[in-house]
Amino acid sequence: MAKQISEQAMAAKSKIKMTPADRVLNGFFYLFITVFAVICLIPFILVVSSSLTQEQALTTYGYSLWPKEFSLDAYKLVMVSADIPNAYLVTIFITIGGTVLSMLFTCAVSYALSVKNFKSRSVLALFIYFTMLFNGGLVATYLLITKTLVLQNTIWVLIFPSICNAWNILLMRNFFNGIPDSLAESAKIDGANDIVILFKIILPISLPGIATIGLFYALSYWNEWYKCLLYIDSSHSQYYTLQYLIQRILRQVNYAANQPAEAVGLSAVSLPTYAYRMATIVVSTGPIILLYPFLQKYFVQGLTVGSVKG
Amino acid sequence: MKSKHTTKKRGGVLEGIRYDIKHNPYLCLLCLPAIIWFCIFAYSPLVYLLAAFKKYQATKGLWGSDWVGLKNFEAFFGSDAFFRVTFNTIFLNALFIVATMFFSILIAIALSEVGNRLFKKVTQSVVILPHFISWTVIALLCEALLKTQNGFINNILVSFGMEKINFYQDASVWPVLLTVLRIWQGAGYGSIVYLATIAGLDQEMFEAARVDGATRGQCIRYLTLPLLKSTAVMLFIMNIGKIFNGDFGMIYNLVGTNSMLYRTTDVIDTYVYRMLVESTNIGQSAAVSLYQSIMGFVIVMASNALTKKLDPDSALF
Repeated sequence: MAKQISEQAMAAKSKIKMTPADRVLNGFFYLFITVFAVICLIPFILVVSSSLTQEQALTTYGYSLWPKEFSLDAYKLVMVSADIPNAYLVTIFITIGGTVLSMLFTCAVSYALSVKNFKSRSVLALFIYFTMLFNGGLVATYLLITKTLVLQNTIWVLIFPSICNAWNILLMRNFFNGIPDSLAESAKIDGANDIVILFKIILPISLPGIATIGLFYALSYWNEWYKCLLYIDSSHSQYYTLQYLIQRILRQVNYAANQPAEAVGLSAVSLPTYAYRMATIVVSTGPIILLYPFLQKYFVQGLTVGSVKG
Repeated sequence: MKSKHTTKKRGGVLEGIRYDIKHNPYLCLLCLPAIIWFCIFAYSPLVYLLAAFKKYQATKGLWGSDWVGLKNFEAFFGSDAFFRVTFNTIFLNALFIVATMFFSILIAIALSEVGNRLFKKVTQSVVILPHFISWTVIALLCEALLKTQNGFINNILVSFGMEKINFYQDASVWPVLLTVLRIWQGAGYGSIVYLATIAGLDQEMFEAARVDGATRGQCIRYLTLPLLKSTAVMLFIMNIGKIFNGDFGMIYNLVGTNSMLYRTTDVIDTYVYRMLVESTNIGQSAAVSLYQSIMGFVIVMASNALTKKLDPDSALF
């Protein structure tokens, strides 16, 4: 019934005439969105086009929206260099391994937080929420990881400190809260314990939630560079992630830019070429951009659930 | 959060835990991995905050280092850096919060008003896209856009007969530049929540207003905007709570170690990081870090208390 009415209303809407002022406003909105979208898109086009341009054309003409002289040299260079394929493996490993661990920890605790007759759940929620309000900060965490846990220069330092995220746990709990209690209760009467209920009954019907939170975790592992910067030194470059490689290129470039001209002349040999930099960006960001259209709805979902108060 | 139960029967916490261990052993088991993780990675670092009150020496360890009382704090509060990094952190974050909020709402309203479905879908996807790019990549892109020699923007400026801008040497343009980048990266993503709120509004109310002769401008001004207020207030307060956390990823990647730009871009996080890596004075960097944590905590509590007074429904906990 309500649907019918709203359909009538939709029909009525199209019948209401637009005043000239409305038309101007409408035009402004179209224009604004178009301009903003184009500005969002241009950098991506610039990167792809530059990565496909011959180096010399780049140095003489600068970046342009369409490759002036087409060349695949930069990509050949990317493939040949040992760092990038290796960084790819490291990044894929921490993304898959990290996301699986994160989801196991997160789903388990979030489910417990969502069970109504679990008496300690409010204390536990506070225990987790408090870490979002107050934390030790960079120095304390750094000392813990390097002095007590001695995780530096291992691949685990890229995974372990990021396994749990308080915000994601609370989001996941919101998803679980939306599942009717009767499901778990009837399974309990049949003699199933909570762990079986979680894996056999709750998780299979929570796939949208799992996809959303899993994506949040996966993206943060994929974009990891901060922990490389802090905890992995140059003698352990086999643990560098893709984003950290980009960061290193960036630092070399900035370093050169801050030096006097003569010094640049000396170090210019080791400076990565422009096309190479852009090709690195394409190679490291490409998977996300390609997957993006399929993932978008889950991100949107996660954000909307996040705005529902817990 | 769900603090009602705890306040109702304080002291019942231990009892509750004992009850759960006895009656919900499997649920306790499910919580255990996360509890252990939080104890190790979120709570045990708090012990190292003691370094803020010590002359920390790596060879002597935390317990062996000598106590210095508040000396580390005095050194920081007495330095020029104290005012600079505190001001920059708050000022930049305030710029980001206001600018992103303005553009997020504008995008959400514009997207909800355009009629063409395909146009709406495509543009919405495009404006969210930059959020998924890490700051490392954005910074490398920026270098290409901003550099003085053959940079994209300077090429355009020159072709219009204007003066080149030396972005990497001119600290005064950076607050604006960082804000623009923040809008570029975050406004589309931020619009999602507002768009969802608009989609959830009662459409018949708008129809009624239109039938009664309201223009679309009036509908936006007197219906949509007021109805977005509570969402906006909630997000605003959440962001104010984080105002003491400088965006390390953004600033460090864009500015790096370019000390010419520190005047306007150095935030607490980058300052602490530099002290930690570049100098051996770990005690003082721990003091600055603790200062940040405490200020952050105070701000969150204060903003939440304020919200509770103004609009109890928007309070976070």
